[in-house]
Order: sequence, then C-alpha cells, then structure tokens
Amino acid sequence: MTLALALEQLLNGLQLGVMLFLMAAGLTLIFGVMGLINLAHGSLYMVGAFACAAVASATGSFWIGLIASFACAAAAGAIVELLVIRRLYDRDHLDQVLATFALILIFSEGTRWLFGSFPLYLDIPRLLQGAVALPGGAQYPVYRLAIIAAGALVALGLYLLIGKTRLGMRIRAGESDREMIGALGVDIRTLYTVVFALGAALAGFAGAMVGALQSVQVGMGEPVLILAFVVIVIGGIGSIKGALLGALLVGVVDTMGRFLLPQVLALFVPPSQAGLIGGAAASMLIYVMMALILAVKPRGLFAAAHA
Amino acid sequence: MAEPVLELSDLVKNFGALRATDHVSIDLKPGEIHALIGPNGAGKSTLIHQICGTVRQDSGTIRFAGQDIGHLGVAERSRLGLGRTFQVSSLAPEFSALRNVMLAVQAQQGTSFGFFKPVMRDASLIDRSMAMLKRVGLQDRARLAAAELSHGERRQLEIAIALALNSKAFLLDEPMAGMGPEGSKSLTGFLDTLRQEAPILLVEHDMDAVFALADRISVLVYGRIIATGTVEEIRRDPAVRAAYLGDHA
Amino acid sequence: MLTRETIVNIVLAALLLAVPLAANASGQPFYVTIATRVAILALAATGLNLALGLGGLVSFGHAAFFGIGGYAAGILASHSFSGEPLLFGLSGTKQMPLIWVVAMLVAGLVGLLIGTISLRTSGVYFIMITLAFAQMVYYFAISWPAYGGEDGLSILVRNQFAGVNTMKPVSFFLICYVLLMLALGLFVLVRGSRFGSALQAARQNEVRVATVGIAPYRIRLTAFAISAAMTGLAGALYADLNRFVSPSMLSWHMSGELIVLIILGGTGRLFGPLAGAALFVIFEYLLGGLTERWQFFLGLILLATVLFARGGLLGLLAGKARHG
Repeated sequence: MTLALALEQLLNGLQLGVMLFLMAAGLTLIFGVMGLINLAHGSLYMVGAFACAAVASATGSFWIGLIASFACAAAAGAIVELLVIRRLYDRDHLDQVLATFALILIFSEGTRWLFGSFPLYLDIPRLLQGAVALPGGAQYPVYRLAIIAAGALVALGLYLLIGKTRLGMRIRAGESDREMIGALGVDIRTLYTVVFALGAALAGFAGAMVGALQSVQVGMGEPVLILAFVVIVIGGIGSIKGALLGALLVGVVDTMGRFLLPQVLALFVPPSQAGLIGGAAASMLIYVMMALILAVKPRGLFAAAHA
Repeated sequence: MAEPVLELSDLVKNFGALRATDHVSIDLKPGEIHALIGPNGAGKSTLIHQICGTVRQDSGTIRFAGQDIGHLGVAERSRLGLGRTFQVSSLAPEFSALRNVMLAVQAQQGTSFGFFKPVMRDASLIDRSMAMLKRVGLQDRARLAAAELSHGERRQLEIAIALALNSKAFLLDEPMAGMGPEGSKSLTGFLDTLRQEAPILLVEHDMDAVFALADRISVLVYGRIIATGTVEEIRRDPAVRAAYLGDHA
Repeated sequence: MLTRETIVNIVLAALLLAVPLAANASGQPFYVTIATRVAILALAATGLNLALGLGGLVSFGHAAFFGIGGYAAGILASHSFSGEPLLFGLSGTKQMPLIWVVAMLVAGLVGLLIGTISLRTSGVYFIMITLAFAQMVYYFAISWPAYGGEDGLSILVRNQFAGVNTMKPVSFFLICYVLLMLALGLFVLVRGSRFGSALQAARQNEVRVATVGIAPYRIRLTAFAISAAMTGLAGALYADLNRFVSPSMLSWHMSGELIVLIILGGTGRLFGPLAGAALFVIFEYLLGGLTERWQFFLGLILLATVLFARGGLLGLLAGKARHG
C-alpha cells in the first residue's frame, strides 16, 4: 500500500462525501422546515443528471447542461411540491413515505418513457479534463477535484444563505417554530415551495456532476438516496452541520473501507479470500458505523432539538 | 408520624439558564391530599414530569414507597404504584373506555406477553375494569371509544385507570380542568373518598376544590416552594397572598 | 352476527381459493401461479401488518426478512443438492417444513437484531434506519459470491412436502393458501390478546402505555421479530414459487411494495394485505399486459390512494375500521 494510493482513495472518499452532502442537505432541510420525509429526492438527482446530459448533447456545452440541471431539478421540485407534496405536510410519515414512493415510480418510468432504457453518457468538459500529480507521484483527475471544490463552495453558500439572508432567517424560524413564522407574516406556502425547490436543485446539481463520472440512467438516484439517509441519521435530522460531517464521514469511511479492509484481511487469510470477505464486509461498514453511533446517540450526532 | 409515601428532597432541574425546579422538597403522607398550587409557569408540570420519570432531575432525590426511584423509567415507576392522570387527557383514543382500563388491569396483573387468549373474553380483565369504570360513574359509557367521550368523561376515565393500577399514591394533574361546575362538584366528592385508598398529590387551579379537599398545600412560585401548610396557614400567609392568591382568598 | 367486514373477508378468502381451483380445472395453470403469488405476497404483507398496522412501526426494511427467508430456502436446497455440509457439519434439506422453520428463525433473529437498534428511535429515524439496515443485507448478498452474488441462486427442483407433489401448481398453491390462512388466524389471535392490546395502545399513545407500567420497547421489539419471521416464511415460499432467489428480493423496492400492499388493501385490517396483494397483482397483470410502463400508472394509482382514498380497498368495501 503506497501513500499515493491511500491519498487518492481519501480524495475519492471526500468526493463521495461532498456529493452525499448535496443530497443530504436538501433532505435534512426539507425535513427540518416542513417535517417531511421525501423518498423522491433521488429522483430529483436523476432529473438533474438527465437534464444535464440531454442539454449538453444538444448544445455541446457541459456548462449549459449544468445550469439546466439546476433549473430543471428546481422546476421539477417546485411542480411536485405544488401538486403533491404540500398535501402531505399534515399527514403522518407513512403517507409521506408512500406518496413519495409513488413519485419515484412515476419519475423513473416517466424518464424511461422520455429517454428510453439505455443509459446516456456525459463527457467531462474540456476545461476539467486531465489529471494533476499528487504528492507521492499518483495522477488524480482534475474533474474529481473540481467536484470537491464545487461541493465545498455550495456548502459555504448554503451556510451564508441560511446564516446571513432574509430567506435563511425565515428557514431558521420555520425550523424552530412553525407557528411563529406564520405570526411573523411570512407566507409559509411560498417558503415551503422555495425550500423544496432549493433542495431539489442541490440534488439535481449533484446528479449532473456525478453523471459525468458514471452513466446517466434510471434508478441512479436510489443508492445515493439511501446513503444520504444514512448520512442524516448519523448527523442528526434537521441539522445542516450534521449533514456535512455525516456526509464526509460516510464518504471517507465507505471508500477507505473498501480499499483497506481487503488489505488488512490479507495479513490473516489467503489473498483471494481476503478480497471476497473484505469486499463483503466493506459494503456493510457504514451501516455498522451507523448502528454504533445510534447505540450511543439515538438522535444522531447533531440532532436538532425539536426533531 | 407515618412515613411519607412520596418524598422529594432538594430537587433541582435546569433548562439551560432557566431553573425550573429550585431545591424543591415536599412529601406526601398516607391518607392525605397534598395540593400543589402556583401561577402558570411556576414549574408544576416540570415537577410532575420529574416525579413520573419523563424528565430526569439534575440533582436531588425522589423516594417512593421506601425506595429511591429517581433513576427509574416511566413504566417502572408506574409498576411500583405511582398512579398518574394527565393535564391533557392521555388515552388510547381508538380503544373503548373499557379496553383503556383493561390495559391497566393487565399491566397490574403482571404480564402483557399473552399472545393467544382474547382479552375481550377474559373475565378477570373485564370484571375488574368494569368495577373501576363503575366507581367513576362511567359504566354506561364503557363501549364507547375514548375519542368519543366528552372532556369530563375522559378525566374520569383517567382516574379509573389510575384506580385499576392499585396505586400507592395518585398524582393528579389538574383533574378539574375543563369540567363544568356540576362535574367539579361530583369529582371533588369522589376525590374526598379516594384519599382513604391512597394519598393524592393534587396539582390544581380550581381553588374551591383545593380548599375543600387539601389537608396541606404547597405553593410553588418560580420553581421554589414558598410555603407549605394547612389551608388556614396558606390563606393567612402574607408571602403567598402577595405572590399568588391576591384577592382570591 | 356478521359485520360487513367479516363478510368481505369471507368473500375474499373464498375467491382466492375458488379462482385458482377453477383455473386448474379448466386447464389454465398460469392463473394458479398468479394466485399463488397473491397468497405469498399477502403472507409477507400480513407479517408487516403486524408491525405496521397494529404497532404503527413503519418498517421500510421488510424486504430484508423476505429475502432472508428466500435465501434460507435457496441455500438449504443447494446444499442438499450438492451434498456439501452447510454449517458445523449440518447438511442442507429439501423438506419444506424444515426450511420454513429455519427461514422463520433466521429472519426472526435478524429482525430482533435490527429491531434492537432501530426501535430505540421512532418516526422518520425508524423509517430510514430500517431502510438502511435492509440495504446493508442487500449489499451483503450482492458482494458475497458463495451463493450467486448478484446473479442469484436457482432452486433446481422445488422443495418437498411429505405426501404432496409440490411441482403441481395447484398443490403448491394450496400449501401457500393454508399457510396464509394460518397466519391470518395468528394475526387475529395476536390482535385480540393482551400483547396485541399493549401493541396497539403503544401505537395510539406511547405515554399511556408506559404510564400503566408496560414498557413499549419490549412489546414493539417482540412484535417486530414475529413480524420479521412471518415475512421470512413468505420469502421461503416465494423462492420455491420462482425456484430462484436473488438480491432483488432484498431490494428496497420490495420493502416499498410490501407497504404498498397494506395501504392499497387497508392499513391494520386483517384482510388488508390480501386485498392489497390481489389488487397489486391484478394491476401488474392487466396494466402490464397493456403497457410496458405499467409502474408509471401504478405510481399514479398509489398516489391517488394515499391522497384521496386513505382507507384502501377494505375501507371502500367494509367501511371504517372498528376497534374493541
């Protein structure tokens, strides 16, 4: 195991963590403000990826595609909120789960209808192609570094938005006291639509960026959604800070586990077996971590008081 | 003097900078009704929560029936015989009044891990539950869902549940709230007889009821007990008059 | 004195029996297989209904137990076929009753384990955690190559039940039907028992249950484990029906579908799972015959059910649920 390889894996873990944060931030915001659990968040991720791929192939520009991903996911989020989600705020979690599960079916099959069953591919923009040398000599793709940077920028932007703007003040008020915010004269219905669209846009943005690393296909959002759930369960539902730390933790532990566990096991058992057992164990690692954290802190590391 | 059934010693609870319970020591002796009064926000609910176990005290001890219960959970304290009614009725709304009481009877009988015998054909549950409903005057409403009962009837049902638990002490949180004058009067009469069964810690705003029932009264203001004494002593206490009773007395 | 719900239930049970028997008599085994699918899914959902309907525990991870039951059947059968010992020198088996016991035990134990952790939480946390643990089992099945990994595991010849030719569709259907009826009977007993009282009361008002001196955690954990075992049994039957088990039985879509069955039928109702499973399979069959995109329409129907018809099919047929 060389240092360079470990560094590369660590960066991959960070990149995964940053993407998970974009998903988890939206989920946790929507739960914190509206008390809603949204299973269809992964569908918005998929919408972003498809929008980016379709627009990029039509215009030839990844960047226009990226903007389109943001806009389409936000628009899809707003429409869904207006048509369906706002009827669910007063319902119990079971109804929310079912209705958003139904949305997944509709989104997935709808996308297949529009784009067919074959995956789309998205090229990395020329500006971000190529690789840089890491200390230790390994080459690391510029694009992945760019994702990390973009994620960090979004995290900073979200921090400023929530901490420093009027919208952010309203969101915070909505998180701590839903009745008070009505008394303040804020139009709650609009606020909810905006928050939902914002969460959707973050998910769509994440989908578009990851779309250039993997293929763009129906169902791509679901594994990410479930990881994002693990993230916010670990971080504490409703907490953006928890989402950030949880996302980095999950991203790094998952990636490093897949990398290190087989190697550690190889010290004890034959290499072929070490690969198999290590791989299987690594796939369970973050869930075991989640279980351990919950055993100590049932409401996650940074639970919001009211959640 | 008989040993107290319930004894709080030097209880303290802070919520952040707010001291909700400030070195509170009160006790409940066999056969008595001890009323706890105080203005809104004085910390009565917080105190009740600590006694029941839904809120853990920061320091101080709670002794009940001869043992320290300050570290026990809600269910464990109930099993020891701490019978409680709620400020806002807390029932299983879909269950009938009868089945609400039956739940208490089954808990009191010791096991809820019977999987096969239908409770609605279990005479040992039904007879005792009906007897409890009869004591509070709800026998004709037994088959109605708790959600369909009137406000006053739900309070009566809560008391029936507390009775079914064979409680060694009752903790009644504003039982008169929302009762009409007629209901308050009959409930006052009922509580008067109940003290023979087990002593009552009564949190109540209805001063007529408190003065009619209480053997002793403690006055809680800003988390502190400012006075404890008989009805007469409390009526006369200048600090109490200033802080709370005003012209009421 | 029969209530409307009892009549609806009897009709449903009779239909589920009559349709495949008639289909079999008229030489249409395909419909027998469809009915078997309904019976097995109804059994799985009845298991979930114990936790979700009675206990209010919205488990989004019951596919784990369904899949574990399936793998129990597949693994035991494959060892019996190959003759290799399984664990501690124990061999596999082709006997259904033994397979069922193993499936229920393993699923129940895993349920106990998952429940121990997830029941410390409630609400949204519980939903997400059960989902996450099921996903853990799913990924484990995919990355563990000994039993087929992603490709799944075939059961070459359907397992056996003494005195019955299980390869005949109608015989296998009858086995599943009897097990479903037994499970429904158990559901009735549990619902009316002391345990069921405490479980349902804990759903309605947790504080009330604790205040009478019953700890809700132990009640819920027990219910969760029983629920897992029942769904595991259904998984074993499902593997035998398809003679194949794969990670898709463990996928979170499966968990979602099990909840959907209950809601389509009517939450907490005895025959809700059966009504829902029948509706679901009929949708799948009819819509699937019309369009490849049937899931799109299933989504719309489901959305409409949640938003506008909350009682499900039984709510429509038999009116509001009644409680003793």
